[in-house]
Amino acid sequence: MGPETLLPNGIAHYLLGGLLIGAGTVVIYGATGITAGASTFLESTLSYVSGLPRFQQFRFTATRDWRVVFTLGIVLGGALYGLAFGEFGWTTDVQWWRLLGGGVLVGIGTRVGKGCTSGHGVCGVGSLSEASLLNVSVFVSIAVGTALTVQALGVSP
Amino acid sequence: MSDSGRHPLFLPAILVGGVVFGFGLGLSQMYRPEVVLRFLQLSDLGLLFVMGGASLVAGTAFTVLSRTGRRAPLTGTEFGKRLKTLDRNIVLGGGIFGVGWGLSGICPGAAYASLGVGNLPILYGVLGMFVGAYLQGYIRSLSSGAGHPTEEAA
Repeated sequence: MGPETLLPNGIAHYLLGGLLIGAGTVVIYGATGITAGASTFLESTLSYVSGLPRFQQFRFTATRDWRVVFTLGIVLGGALYGLAFGEFGWTTDVQWWRLLGGGVLVGIGTRVGKGCTSGHGVCGVGSLSEASLLNVSVFVSIAVGTALTVQALGVSP
Repeated sequence: MSDSGRHPLFLPAILVGGVVFGFGLGLSQMYRPEVVLRFLQLSDLGLLFVMGGASLVAGTAFTVLSRTGRRAPLTGTEFGKRLKTLDRNIVLGGGIFGVGWGLSGICPGAAYASLGVGNLPILYGVLGMFVGAYLQGYIRSLSSGAGHPTEEAA
């Protein structure tokens, strides 16, 4: 298979998008020294509504407000992109049960594994952290296997 | 980092970083679960350039700023890298995350950006993530008695 079959949509917008994701990370890091990941927001936000000691740890209660701001920024950035490129209002055709069930596993997995595609995938890999490189290689290979299996079972989209 | 004594530009800097981050998730098309699934089905490998580009930019900044020995202007935090302890949970969590990502094509940051684009069905995914994070925390609370700090998560 040549590059035209593996990269049917080219690489420009993928690479530019990736560079911007990195730039957003650098803005926060350069100003605050924080290597921000997107998934701790889940636990830190739960600390507003759950009294469980697990969620009331200082590392969540002390960071929950800026994590809300970070997430709102991501939402706003997505909105600005959608409006600027005429994609605002796009909706997915992936079935609701896949989003919900996959979301539950993503929620569990990121918290057990201490990070997600941004925490491990961007910040951790950028730090050449062995734990992150291992985590990313595990989740990418398992995800490829899962997606191919679901596809082979005839589930679409 | 308590509310008192925070630099007035702390939250604005986080917001600006988040906006750039979210715009990048939009431009990369990663906000579309379909695009992520096409990558995972090995029919469009463009997402390699998203993670590659992002980690290259972030990693360069981490390395350069760490070597200066300076502190972050808004917090006084020493510039360092993101290093987590390598244990079984890194593999177990990565495996569970991988099944979820492969089933749905969504991950936390991309889901937030997708919501911003107006993709309301993604709320199923965001709801699921909160449920998953709660379940994980609830079960850990039962097994460990209390939420003793194991390690910082990002």
